[in-house]
Amino acid sequence: MGVENTTAATLQDVINWARKNSIWPVTFGLACCALEMMVASSATYDISRFGAEVFRPSPRQTDLMIVAGTVTKKMAPVLRRIYEQMPEPKWVIAYGACACSGGIFQSYNVVQGVDQIVPVDVYVPGCPPRPEGLLKAIMRLQEKIAAEAPGQRKLVSLPWGKNG
Amino acid sequence: MDSRKAGNLLKETFSDAVLKIEEFRGETSVTIESGRLVEIMKFLKQNSDLSYDMLVDLTSVDFPDQKMRFIISYLLNTTKFNNRLRIKTAVAEGSAVDSVCDIWKAANWMEREAAEMFGIHFNNHPNLKHILLTDDFVGHPLRKEYDVKGPDFGQPLKIDLEKEEIF
Repeated sequence: MGVENTTAATLQDVINWARKNSIWPVTFGLACCALEMMVASSATYDISRFGAEVFRPSPRQTDLMIVAGTVTKKMAPVLRRIYEQMPEPKWVIAYGACACSGGIFQSYNVVQGVDQIVPVDVYVPGCPPRPEGLLKAIMRLQEKIAAEAPGQRKLVSLPWGKNG
Repeated sequence: MDSRKAGNLLKETFSDAVLKIEEFRGETSVTIESGRLVEIMKFLKQNSDLSYDMLVDLTSVDFPDQKMRFIISYLLNTTKFNNRLRIKTAVAEGSAVDSVCDIWKAANWMEREAAEMFGIHFNNHPNLKHILLTDDFVGHPLRKEYDVKGPDFGQPLKIDLEKEEIF
Protein backbone atom coordinates (compact mmCIF):
# COMPACT_ATOMS: atom_id res chain seq x y z
CA MET A 1 0.00 0.00 0.00
CA GLY A 2 1.41 3.36 -0.95
CA VAL A 3 0.11 6.64 0.46
CA GLU A 4 0.42 8.34 -2.91
CA ASN A 5 -2.72 6.81 -4.31
CA THR A 6 -4.72 5.73 -1.29
CA THR A 7 -6.06 7.46 1.73
CA ALA A 8 -5.11 5.96 5.05
CA ALA A 9 -8.29 4.73 6.64
CA THR A 10 -7.14 4.29 10.20
CA LEU A 11 -4.20 5.04 12.46
CA GLN A 12 -3.26 1.39 12.17
CA ASP A 13 -2.81 1.81 8.43
CA VAL A 14 -0.38 4.65 9.03
CA ILE A 15 1.53 2.61 11.62
CA ASN A 16 1.69 -0.39 9.28
CA TRP A 17 2.84 1.80 6.40
CA ALA A 18 5.65 3.24 8.50
CA ARG A 19 6.68 -0.17 9.77
CA LYS A 20 6.69 -1.95 6.44
CA ASN A 21 8.84 0.67 4.73
CA SER A 22 11.59 0.76 7.33
CA ILE A 23 12.36 -2.86 8.17
CA TRP A 24 15.84 -2.65 9.60
CA PRO A 25 17.55 -6.05 9.74
CA VAL A 26 20.06 -7.08 12.37
CA THR A 27 23.60 -7.73 11.11
CA PHE A 28 23.57 -11.47 11.63
CA GLY A 29 24.88 -14.14 9.28
CA LEU A 30 25.64 -17.77 10.07
CA ALA A 31 26.86 -19.45 6.89
CA CYS A 32 27.08 -19.20 3.11
CA CYS A 33 23.52 -17.81 2.83
CA ALA A 34 24.80 -14.68 4.59
CA LEU A 35 26.92 -13.91 1.54
CA GLU A 36 23.79 -13.82 -0.61
CA MET A 37 22.21 -11.58 2.01
CA MET A 38 25.20 -9.21 1.76
CA VAL A 39 24.93 -9.19 -2.03
CA ALA A 40 21.28 -8.18 -1.67
CA SER A 41 22.45 -4.92 -0.13
CA SER A 42 24.86 -4.23 -3.00
CA ALA A 43 24.15 -1.78 -5.84
CA THR A 44 23.00 -4.55 -8.18
CA TYR A 45 20.13 -5.78 -6.01
CA ASP A 46 19.73 -2.73 -3.78
CA ILE A 47 17.70 -3.85 -0.79
CA SER A 48 17.30 -0.17 0.15
CA ARG A 49 14.48 0.09 -2.40
CA PHE A 50 12.40 -1.58 0.31
CA GLY A 51 13.75 0.51 3.17
CA ALA A 52 15.59 -2.52 4.55
CA GLU A 53 19.19 -1.58 3.86
CA VAL A 54 20.07 -0.36 7.35
CA PHE A 55 21.81 -3.44 8.77
CA ARG A 56 22.11 -2.48 12.42
CA PRO A 57 25.04 -3.88 14.38
CA SER A 58 22.93 -4.00 17.54
CA PRO A 59 19.75 -6.05 17.92
CA ARG A 60 18.27 -3.26 20.05
CA GLN A 61 17.71 -1.06 17.00
CA THR A 62 16.27 -3.63 14.62
CA ASP A 63 12.93 -4.95 13.38
CA LEU A 64 13.94 -7.96 11.33
CA MET A 65 16.14 -10.96 11.89
CA ILE A 66 17.28 -12.69 8.71
CA VAL A 67 18.44 -16.13 9.82
CA ALA A 68 20.85 -16.73 6.94
CA GLY A 69 22.57 -20.06 7.35
CA THR A 70 22.89 -23.27 9.32
CA VAL A 71 21.85 -22.99 12.95
CA THR A 72 23.87 -25.36 15.10
CA LYS A 73 22.68 -26.46 18.52
CA LYS A 74 25.62 -24.61 20.05
CA MET A 75 24.51 -21.42 18.27
CA ALA A 76 20.79 -21.81 19.05
CA PRO A 77 20.82 -20.11 22.51
CA VAL A 78 22.84 -17.23 21.04
CA LEU A 79 20.33 -16.77 18.24
CA ARG A 80 17.47 -16.88 20.70
CA ARG A 81 19.19 -14.31 22.91
CA ILE A 82 19.64 -11.92 19.97
CA TYR A 83 15.97 -12.36 19.12
CA GLU A 84 14.94 -11.62 22.71
CA GLN A 85 17.07 -8.45 22.66
CA MET A 86 15.23 -7.05 19.63
CA PRO A 87 12.45 -4.60 20.51
CA GLU A 88 8.85 -5.16 19.42
CA PRO A 89 7.62 -5.18 16.72
CA LYS A 90 9.96 -7.79 15.27
CA TRP A 91 9.88 -10.23 12.41
CA VAL A 92 11.97 -13.21 11.30
CA ILE A 93 12.87 -14.47 7.83
CA ALA A 94 14.25 -18.03 7.62
CA TYR A 95 16.61 -17.64 4.68
CA GLY A 96 17.78 -20.83 3.02
CA ALA A 97 17.15 -24.55 3.37
CA CYS A 98 19.18 -24.92 6.58
CA ALA A 99 17.31 -22.22 8.43
CA CYS A 100 13.95 -23.54 7.16
CA SER A 101 14.42 -27.23 7.94
CA GLY A 102 18.05 -28.09 8.68
CA GLY A 103 18.68 -28.60 4.96
CA ILE A 104 21.21 -31.26 4.06
CA PHE A 105 22.43 -31.46 7.66
CA GLN A 106 20.31 -34.24 9.17
CA SER A 107 22.82 -34.34 11.96
CA TYR A 108 23.31 -34.44 15.71
CA ASN A 109 24.59 -30.86 15.81
CA VAL A 110 22.16 -28.92 13.61
CA VAL A 111 18.78 -27.48 14.59
CA GLN A 112 16.19 -28.96 12.22
CA GLY A 113 14.50 -25.67 11.40
CA VAL A 114 14.92 -22.34 13.15
CA ASP A 115 11.16 -22.22 13.82
CA GLN A 116 11.87 -24.44 16.82
CA ILE A 117 13.55 -21.47 18.48
CA VAL A 118 11.98 -18.28 17.07
CA PRO A 119 8.63 -17.57 15.33
CA VAL A 120 9.27 -17.38 11.57
CA ASP A 121 7.22 -15.07 9.32
CA VAL A 122 8.60 -15.89 5.86
CA TYR A 123 10.47 -18.98 4.68
CA VAL A 124 12.84 -18.74 1.71
CA PRO A 125 13.90 -22.11 0.25
CA GLY A 126 17.09 -22.58 -1.74
CA CYS A 127 20.67 -23.60 -1.14
CA PRO A 128 21.50 -20.78 -1.07
CA PRO A 129 18.56 -18.70 -2.36
CA ARG A 130 19.46 -15.95 -4.77
CA PRO A 131 19.32 -12.34 -3.55
CA GLU A 132 16.05 -11.97 -5.45
CA GLY A 133 14.69 -14.56 -3.02
CA LEU A 134 15.43 -12.24 -0.14
CA LEU A 135 13.84 -9.31 -1.95
CA LYS A 136 10.74 -11.41 -2.58
CA ALA A 137 10.69 -12.40 1.10
CA ILE A 138 10.86 -8.76 2.16
CA MET A 139 7.99 -7.94 -0.20
CA ARG A 140 5.95 -10.80 1.29
CA LEU A 141 6.78 -9.49 4.74
CA GLN A 142 5.65 -6.01 3.71
CA GLU A 143 2.32 -7.46 2.59
CA LYS A 144 2.03 -9.27 5.90
CA ILE A 145 2.82 -6.13 7.91
CA ALA A 146 0.36 -4.06 5.87
CA ALA A 147 -2.41 -6.51 6.77
CA GLU A 148 -1.77 -6.46 10.50
CA ALA A 149 -4.79 -5.59 12.60
CA PRO A 150 -4.79 -3.39 15.74
CA GLY A 151 -3.88 -5.38 18.84
CA GLN A 152 -2.32 -8.17 16.85
CA ARG A 153 1.17 -7.13 17.86
CA LYS A 154 2.53 -5.60 21.02
CA LEU A 155 3.94 -2.10 20.85
CA VAL A 156 5.92 -2.57 24.02
CA SER A 157 7.34 -5.94 24.84
CA LEU A 158 6.99 -5.57 28.60
CA PRO A 159 4.30 -7.52 30.45
CA TRP A 160 2.50 -4.28 31.41
CA GLY A 161 2.95 -2.75 27.95
CA LYS A 162 -0.07 -1.62 25.98
CA ASN A 163 -1.09 -3.32 22.78
CA GLY A 164 -1.00 -1.21 19.66
CA MET B 1 67.66 -30.87 10.12
CA ASP B 2 65.04 -32.27 7.73
CA SER B 3 62.19 -34.49 8.86
CA ARG B 4 63.82 -37.78 7.78
CA LYS B 5 66.95 -37.04 9.82
CA ALA B 6 64.72 -35.92 12.68
CA GLY B 7 62.99 -39.31 12.62
CA ASN B 8 66.33 -41.09 12.67
CA LEU B 9 67.58 -38.96 15.56
CA LEU B 10 64.41 -39.80 17.45
CA LYS B 11 65.00 -43.50 16.81
CA GLU B 12 68.58 -43.23 18.11
CA THR B 13 67.60 -41.28 21.21
CA PHE B 14 64.44 -43.18 22.17
CA SER B 15 65.09 -46.61 20.62
CA ASP B 16 62.68 -48.39 22.97
CA ALA B 17 59.80 -45.90 22.59
CA VAL B 18 59.88 -45.34 18.82
CA LEU B 19 57.87 -48.17 17.30
CA LYS B 20 57.81 -47.33 13.60
CA ILE B 21 59.04 -44.73 11.13
CA GLU B 22 57.09 -44.35 7.88
CA GLU B 23 58.01 -42.27 4.88
CA PHE B 24 55.41 -41.39 2.25
CA ARG B 25 55.85 -38.76 -0.47
CA GLY B 26 58.40 -36.87 1.58
CA GLU B 27 56.28 -36.91 4.74
CA THR B 28 57.74 -38.61 7.79
CA SER B 29 55.48 -40.23 10.38
CA VAL B 30 56.90 -41.52 13.62
CA THR B 31 54.82 -43.88 15.76
CA ILE B 32 55.69 -43.74 19.44
CA GLU B 33 54.53 -45.28 22.70
CA SER B 34 51.85 -43.18 24.38
CA GLY B 35 53.50 -43.48 27.81
CA ARG B 36 56.64 -41.63 26.69
CA LEU B 37 54.75 -38.95 24.77
CA VAL B 38 55.54 -35.85 26.83
CA GLU B 39 59.21 -36.77 27.17
CA ILE B 40 59.62 -37.19 23.40
CA MET B 41 57.61 -34.06 22.60
CA LYS B 42 59.75 -31.99 24.97
CA PHE B 43 62.85 -33.33 23.24
CA LEU B 44 61.41 -32.46 19.82
CA LYS B 45 60.78 -28.91 20.88
CA GLN B 46 63.85 -28.20 22.99
CA ASN B 47 66.62 -29.91 21.01
CA SER B 48 68.30 -27.20 18.96
CA ASP B 49 68.81 -29.53 15.98
CA LEU B 50 65.07 -30.30 15.83
CA SER B 51 63.32 -27.27 17.27
CA TYR B 52 59.74 -28.27 16.45
CA ASP B 53 58.33 -25.08 17.95
CA MET B 54 54.86 -25.15 16.40
CA LEU B 55 51.98 -27.60 16.81
CA VAL B 56 50.06 -27.34 13.54
CA ASP B 57 47.38 -29.93 14.21
CA LEU B 58 46.34 -32.49 16.76
CA THR B 59 43.65 -34.93 15.82
CA SER B 60 42.59 -38.53 16.19
CA VAL B 61 41.45 -41.40 13.99
CA ASP B 62 39.15 -44.19 15.12
CA PHE B 63 39.90 -47.82 14.20
CA PRO B 64 37.12 -49.70 16.03
CA ASP B 65 38.40 -53.20 15.21
CA GLN B 66 41.85 -52.58 16.70
CA LYS B 67 42.66 -53.08 20.36
CA MET B 68 44.47 -49.74 20.52
CA ARG B 69 41.49 -48.04 19.03
CA PHE B 70 42.44 -44.39 18.64
CA ILE B 71 45.49 -43.12 16.77
CA ILE B 72 46.29 -39.60 17.98
CA SER B 73 48.23 -37.68 15.38
CA TYR B 74 50.39 -34.64 16.12
CA LEU B 75 51.53 -32.54 13.16
CA LEU B 76 54.59 -30.52 14.11
CA ASN B 77 56.32 -27.74 12.27
CA THR B 78 59.74 -26.21 12.75
CA THR B 79 60.06 -22.57 11.80
CA LYS B 80 63.84 -22.84 12.15
CA PHE B 81 64.37 -25.55 9.51
CA ASN B 82 61.00 -25.23 7.75
CA ASN B 83 59.75 -28.80 7.70
CA ARG B 84 56.97 -30.90 9.18
CA LEU B 85 56.94 -34.10 11.20
CA ARG B 86 54.00 -36.28 12.13
CA ILE B 87 53.98 -38.06 15.47
CA LYS B 88 51.43 -40.84 16.00
CA THR B 89 50.49 -42.67 19.14
CA ALA B 90 47.84 -45.30 19.80
CA VAL B 91 45.55 -45.45 22.83
CA ALA B 92 42.89 -47.95 23.83
CA GLU B 93 39.32 -46.99 24.65
CA GLY B 94 39.02 -45.73 28.22
CA SER B 95 42.73 -45.09 28.64
CA ALA B 96 44.36 -41.68 28.74
CA VAL B 97 47.35 -39.83 27.32
CA ASP B 98 49.26 -36.93 28.83
CA SER B 99 48.43 -33.46 27.64
CA VAL B 100 51.02 -31.49 25.66
CA CYS B 101 49.50 -28.13 26.63
CA ASP B 102 52.58 -27.25 28.66
CA ILE B 103 54.78 -27.69 25.59
CA TRP B 104 52.59 -26.02 22.96
CA LYS B 105 49.70 -23.82 24.09
CA ALA B 106 47.98 -24.53 20.76
CA ALA B 107 47.22 -28.02 22.04
CA ASN B 108 44.62 -26.73 24.51
CA TRP B 109 41.62 -26.40 22.19
CA MET B 110 42.67 -29.27 19.90
CA GLU B 111 42.84 -31.67 22.83
CA ARG B 112 39.44 -30.48 24.02
CA GLU B 113 38.04 -31.25 20.58
CA ALA B 114 39.65 -34.69 20.42
CA ALA B 115 38.39 -35.39 23.95
CA GLU B 116 34.75 -34.60 23.19
CA MET B 117 34.68 -36.13 19.71
CA PHE B 118 36.40 -39.43 20.59
CA GLY B 119 36.22 -39.70 24.35
CA ILE B 120 39.97 -39.71 24.90
CA HIS B 121 41.05 -38.37 28.26
CA PHE B 122 44.05 -36.05 28.38
CA ASN B 123 45.86 -36.04 31.72
CA ASN B 124 46.90 -32.69 33.23
CA HIS B 125 44.80 -30.68 30.79
CA PRO B 126 43.93 -27.27 32.32
CA ASN B 127 40.33 -27.09 31.06
CA LEU B 128 39.04 -30.32 29.53
CA LYS B 129 35.38 -29.39 28.91
CA HIS B 130 33.31 -29.35 25.71
CA ILE B 131 34.37 -26.85 23.08
CA LEU B 132 32.25 -27.48 19.97
CA LEU B 133 29.42 -29.49 21.50
CA THR B 134 26.85 -28.19 23.96
CA ASP B 135 27.70 -28.68 27.62
CA ASP B 136 24.98 -31.30 28.19
CA PHE B 137 25.89 -33.35 25.11
CA VAL B 138 26.22 -37.08 25.71
CA GLY B 139 28.29 -39.28 23.39
CA HIS B 140 31.29 -38.97 21.12
CA PRO B 141 30.17 -38.11 17.57
CA LEU B 142 33.33 -38.95 15.61
CA ARG B 143 33.45 -42.53 16.84
CA LYS B 144 32.58 -44.92 14.03
CA GLU B 145 29.60 -46.47 15.77
CA TYR B 146 27.93 -43.11 16.47
CA ASP B 147 24.67 -42.58 14.54
CA VAL B 148 25.09 -39.31 12.67
CA LYS B 149 21.56 -38.16 13.55
CA GLY B 150 22.22 -38.46 17.25
CA PRO B 151 19.91 -39.87 19.92
CA ASP B 152 17.46 -36.92 20.04
CA PHE B 153 16.87 -36.37 16.33
CA GLY B 154 13.29 -35.30 15.66
CA GLN B 155 12.74 -34.13 19.23
CA PRO B 156 11.98 -30.44 19.71
CA LEU B 157 14.98 -28.42 20.79
CA LYS B 158 14.66 -26.95 24.26
CA ILE B 159 16.48 -23.75 25.09
CA ASP B 160 16.64 -22.31 28.58
CA LEU B 161 18.33 -18.92 28.49
CA GLU B 162 18.26 -18.72 32.30
CA LYS B 163 20.42 -21.82 32.57
CA GLU B 164 22.72 -20.84 29.72
CA GLU B 165 26.33 -20.28 30.65
CA ILE B 166 27.58 -16.91 29.44
CA PHE B 167 31.20 -16.87 28.33
